[in-house]
Amino acid sequence: MSMPFYVSPEQLIRDKADYARKGIARGRSVVVAEYAGGIAFVAENPSKALHKVSEIYDRIGFAAVGKYNEFENLRVAGVRYADLRGYSYDRADVTARGLANAYAQSLGAVFTSEPKPLEVEVVVAQVGPEVGTDQLYRLTYDGSVAEEHGVVIIGGQTESVVGPLREGWRADLDLPGVLALALRALSADPAGGPARTLTADQLEVAVLERARPRRTFRRLEGPLLQAVLDGKPVAGAPAAATVPPATGHSGLPSDTVDLPPAD
Amino acid sequence: MTGAPLPAAFTTPGSSSFTDFLGAHAPELLPGRRAAAAAQSTQHDQRAGEQLAPHGTTIVALTFPGGVVMAGDRRATAGAMIASRDIEKVFPADAWSCVGIAGSAGLAVELVRLFQVELEHYEKIEGALLSLDGKANRLATMVRGNLGLAMQGLAVVPLFAGYDLARGTGRIFSYDVTGGRYEEHEHHAVGSGSLFARGSLKKLWRQGLDTDGAVRVAIEALYDAADDDSATGGPDVVRRIWPVVAVVTAEGYVRVSEDELGGVAAAVIADRTAEQEGRRR
Repeated sequence: MSMPFYVSPEQLIRDKADYARKGIARGRSVVVAEYAGGIAFVAENPSKALHKVSEIYDRIGFAAVGKYNEFENLRVAGVRYADLRGYSYDRADVTARGLANAYAQSLGAVFTSEPKPLEVEVVVAQVGPEVGTDQLYRLTYDGSVAEEHGVVIIGGQTESVVGPLREGWRADLDLPGVLALALRALSADPAGGPARTLTADQLEVAVLERARPRRTFRRLEGPLLQAVLDGKPVAGAPAAATVPPATGHSGLPSDTVDLPPAD
Repeated sequence: MTGAPLPAAFTTPGSSSFTDFLGAHAPELLPGRRAAAAAQSTQHDQRAGEQLAPHGTTIVALTFPGGVVMAGDRRATAGAMIASRDIEKVFPADAWSCVGIAGSAGLAVELVRLFQVELEHYEKIEGALLSLDGKANRLATMVRGNLGLAMQGLAVVPLFAGYDLARGTGRIFSYDVTGGRYEEHEHHAVGSGSLFARGSLKKLWRQGLDTDGAVRVAIEALYDAADDDSATGGPDVVRRIWPVVAVVTAEGYVRVSEDELGGVAAAVIADRTAEQEGRRR
């Protein structure tokens, strides 16, 4: 009968953490940043179908780096969690904090009990009604949660860019300003070489727009993204609800309508 | 939920349907489940259900070249009593479709809520919209789930309309209590006043209506329904309660504003008052 080799718990945890960290560092980074009009998600992602940034609920967005199948699974779980909660309670009862907690528990459980940790890093963001009320939660492969303020970058090799990114961020940035800031961080070469030039085709950009009713998540693609990258103000930003808010009565759903994505 | 990992059902790959997910993970939240239980346990007279809970009444829908208009009156009745005079029975289903409900109000509203989540859930998980036929079929499945209660007089009969982005036209779908789905052309009405509304629509609908014209026809059809059906409410000029009118075009769902509706209702009433000039009974 063979005896398993003794491995100290410290060693085991360290090995798992190193493994996960290496996997995450191989990919490209994602920047999530608050700005005056909401929260912007900027990722380098040439694929138009496999998203790194997604909608979870009315005011909650999701950004992830690492292994696609693993974070896609978390994303779907998050959508199910949010929709179930919103359906059985109310839309207002779905919060980023609750979702971040659930994710943290899941990530932590996998990290301690499964042989392979999840090679993912996730940001759950919730846009608030006013500037300064946004919430950003960053979750790592071992289930630890950190509440971030202003701007957060995940994935890739970020040591050299995280400082300038934090220093460059201000609460009153507009959308072109915050995109320019994020692009500077994403296009920097970790080895210290000259910065690359990222075009609209290589970027996945989405925003949670503070002023929109109900579903606030919107992708910026094609000409609209190009216009924002060129520093033009977002003319395409839709007017607020075309529907007068339903008045409360009869216990009926007071759901106002979603606007179609302006593209 | 806080403090516990996400249950296995949440991370199981599979369906993009919220209803299927509910069925597997929390079946007690599905409207259909309760219906089956209730159907077994009670054997009341069919009319009991109608007296028991508020019923919504008339919904009309009509197409025009740019899309489709749906309108619902604001009355709910419980037997001979008016249960509500400002109930809303036309809802957005998603950005390009709307659903109106006639029948047992509580069940219908629950059905609409589930339908709205179903469409949004699919859109978020798949990253794409369902086709209009796909949406209409999902609604048929949900109506079928309510058959047990429908047999006791608690029927839910929706009318579904939307803009078909692939075809570039507005389309209307009607349902029966068994979940039968029928595509209607040009115009349709459901609910207790539908007989009168359909007659009105038949005479007033014409090809090439513009948006304002289509809204006017919808209001007139509801006026005619309210004229002859006690369970359908007409425009309430005292309380300024107007029908709920939704317009769905390529630009998406838009609910017509109260001010605009007040104008249309006033015009309809003025025209009909003028027709009565000099008549005596």
